Amino acid sequence: MSESKNTIKKTKYLNPYLGGVLLGLVLLAANFVAGRGLGASGAIKSGVVTVVTAVNPSSVESSSFIKEYRESHTGNPMKTWLVFEMLGVLVGGFLSGILAGRLKLKVEHSPKITSNKRLVLALGGGVLFGFGSQLGRGCTSGSALSGMAVISLGGFITMMAIFGTAFAFAYFFRKNWI
Amino acid sequence: MGPLAVNELISENTNLFLAFLIGIAFGFVLEASGFSSSRKLAGVFYGYDTVVLKVFFTGAITAMLGLLFFGLFGWIDLDLVYVNPTYLTSAIVGGMVMGLGFIMGGYCPGTSFCGASIGKIDAMVFIVGLFLGVSLFGAGYNWWEKLYMAKNLGDPKISESLGLSDGVFALILIVIALAMFTGAEWAEKKFPREEY
Repeated sequence: MSESKNTIKKTKYLNPYLGGVLLGLVLLAANFVAGRGLGASGAIKSGVVTVVTAVNPSSVESSSFIKEYRESHTGNPMKTWLVFEMLGVLVGGFLSGILAGRLKLKVEHSPKITSNKRLVLALGGGVLFGFGSQLGRGCTSGSALSGMAVISLGGFITMMAIFGTAFAFAYFFRKNWI
Repeated sequence: MGPLAVNELISENTNLFLAFLIGIAFGFVLEASGFSSSRKLAGVFYGYDTVVLKVFFTGAITAMLGLLFFGLFGWIDLDLVYVNPTYLTSAIVGGMVMGLGFIMGGYCPGTSFCGASIGKIDAMVFIVGLFLGVSLFGAGYNWWEKLYMAKNLGDPKISESLGLSDGVFALILIVIALAMFTGAEWAEKKFPREEY
């Protein structure tokens, strides 16, 4: 018993290859049901369009971004596949967190930086990722992962651009993580 | 048979309900695999934790093979499955901006929702950033519309571009993934750290 306490503390994560197979099956199910893969940034876009339309209805005509979205999506932008899927993600993540005992309000960061620095970087990273996901027509889920599953050329290119760039800049951000 | 919604075998509301269920499974698998931790996610770029690489590539390959076999068995009409279009310039530039956001913020959009669902405040702040970033793109859309629309190649498959059949491409990808997994296992032994 005492021996196990001395070994590296293991949290109860799934075997990554098993996790990968399960993720693949979920993605397969999405394609089988809806004819398209998983996504995340599309739900954010729905949220932004909803808020902007509510706050400033005239923007629907003046912004080609919102106009284009409105033309390709009839009806309520919150009543879309990706919005429902992302609500599910919140529920699913929460359930897994309960089962594994990982529910906890905290700022996760390297001991070398402060919580505030971590939060500023998280905000900046979020802004960049949000912007990039629109430019790249989808994020790691919608463009890279789902694109790869349907063997899309763009999916593979975006995947390589995301991971390649993050890898290239990793050195400059190392103190934030290790 | 499939895709069910495209073939109108299920109603719009059933489709949305299934989206919710699929989302639950998606979020559960991501969280259970450790994608709710930004330090675990960022680990792939330093070699100390390669869970991202393993889960991501195993997932993509599983789904790819599943779709190919479903197509072969006649369970799904692959012509009705959405293939992401390729706008070469924006795929590269957008991907680069996302990559920088990834190493800075430690999350991607899907994983940030997953982290937020178990109480990670950094993930919640990242989500605020996502909304700002998407709004920024929309607000200045006229400025980057040209970049966004440049080099539209349609929706080619990478197998077509390389002159390979889908099956041969999938096989090559599996071999590449196995080589990467071997490298990943080696890196995790070389750069050990505690589990976050």
